[in-house]
Amino acid sequence: MLVTQGTFSYLPPLTDAQVKAQVQYALDNDWAMSVEFTDDPHPRNFLWDMWGLPMFDMRDPAAILLEVQRCRDAYPARYVRVNAYDRRLGRQTTALSFIVQRPKNETGFRLERQEGPDRQVRYTLHPYALDRGAGERYER
Amino acid sequence: MTQDPHIPFGMPRPPAPGFSASVPDAVAGNGLRAQEEAAPLPVSIDVEADARASGVFDVIEDLDRELVGLDPVKTRIREIAALLVVDMARRRFGLEAERPNLHMCFTGSPGTGKTTVAMRMATVLHRLGYLAKGHLVAVTRDELVGQYIGHTAPKTREVLKRAMGGVLFIDEAYYLHRQENERDYGQEAIEILLQVMENQRNDIVVILAGYRDRMDQFFSSNPGMGSRIAHHIDFPDYDLDSLVAIARIMLDRQRYTFANGAEPAFRELMSRRMTQPRFANARSVRNALERARLRQANRLVSDGRVVTRDDLMRIEAEDIYKSRWFTEAPGEQVLDGRTVPTG
Repeated sequence: MLVTQGTFSYLPPLTDAQVKAQVQYALDNDWAMSVEFTDDPHPRNFLWDMWGLPMFDMRDPAAILLEVQRCRDAYPARYVRVNAYDRRLGRQTTALSFIVQRPKNETGFRLERQEGPDRQVRYTLHPYALDRGAGERYER
Repeated sequence: MTQDPHIPFGMPRPPAPGFSASVPDAVAGNGLRAQEEAAPLPVSIDVEADARASGVFDVIEDLDRELVGLDPVKTRIREIAALLVVDMARRRFGLEAERPNLHMCFTGSPGTGKTTVAMRMATVLHRLGYLAKGHLVAVTRDELVGQYIGHTAPKTREVLKRAMGGVLFIDEAYYLHRQENERDYGQEAIEILLQVMENQRNDIVVILAGYRDRMDQFFSSNPGMGSRIAHHIDFPDYDLDSLVAIARIMLDRQRYTFANGAEPAFRELMSRRMTQPRFANARSVRNALERARLRQANRLVSDGRVVTRDDLMRIEAEDIYKSRWFTEAPGEQVLDGRTVPTG
């Protein structure tokens, strides 16, 4: 099951040339870039692990792609995304965030029902991946 | 809180069927390449017109005009630019060649224009399309090498990333390698540099600079570095005529002129200075001129008379003859143990 999180997630995976073009767009807007990774695909999990520090003062997308590639090499079976932060007053938020790598086999989610008082049912999503320990959730 | 009018609220909708198939080509990459290959190859190309259009020769002519002397350097830069222009033309004929190795090594004494030429080189490479941005990041050992274990790699990588799309200029690069200490972190910086110089050849050009003999020694102890650098350019020291010409250009740029007799005085000053230790070519010229300006200002103020525009612009011979190099016997200042300002 394709996890759709962030910008462009409905599209087929971006090629490196396309990632580069998007990063160039972000740099042209003076947004600071960062690379993050995770193996917890829950849609509410927005706090991913940081790959190094956010990158300020970069001029060329090659610099960000270098870090993306290093992160992919280190974690070939995890989600990797690129964030762009717009620091302008009035915005001051993530302006662009898109996935640049996903595990080969995305295992998907199961629906869990919780019995509440008065026969009330609460629904929740549980990623199958979380049933395994951190670091071994996706096969390489 | 302000809301950008261009950004609508709400969740993105799933795309209409057929949409996703047409998008990747339009975003970047694939579509362009396919077009390029389909276009018929040109029969002949006017290489010179190409080069003119890119504005490369403007940069080189600027270099010719603004930098005095340095003929071997200018010739080499012209050659490199010509190679790149021809390489571009070949590519348009579909003669794929590997991108030429552009890492360089500038050797020469201080003040011979290495940084200035490196800056111009960045512009030339940018105009020719070999560098995406064409900026120059000048660093020394301090900015590359860390102070404790694990500090060096991120530091070096940070600098390299900042220089991506431009030129990384490493001044006095031989300090990266400390022969007497094999556990020095400099070696780690060199390894990361080498790796990026090899793998990211298309994104960054590294220029190493320093004294000739120490650079040679550096390369002999780091053969990997030496073999990855294609262009070794030696910057000769300036002769007396060039130094005076440089002084004239510098004064002109700051709207000063030499009064009658001041130029011979300056020539005399330089000929004395050249034989002294810590002579730094154009930098010494600049320092000497700075001090002449100080003395001129002092003279104008202490004279206490009305000054004209001309007075303000003119540097008199006496401003120069008051220099330390005339009033003190040479050699004395080295022996008496005072700290002597360079230049």
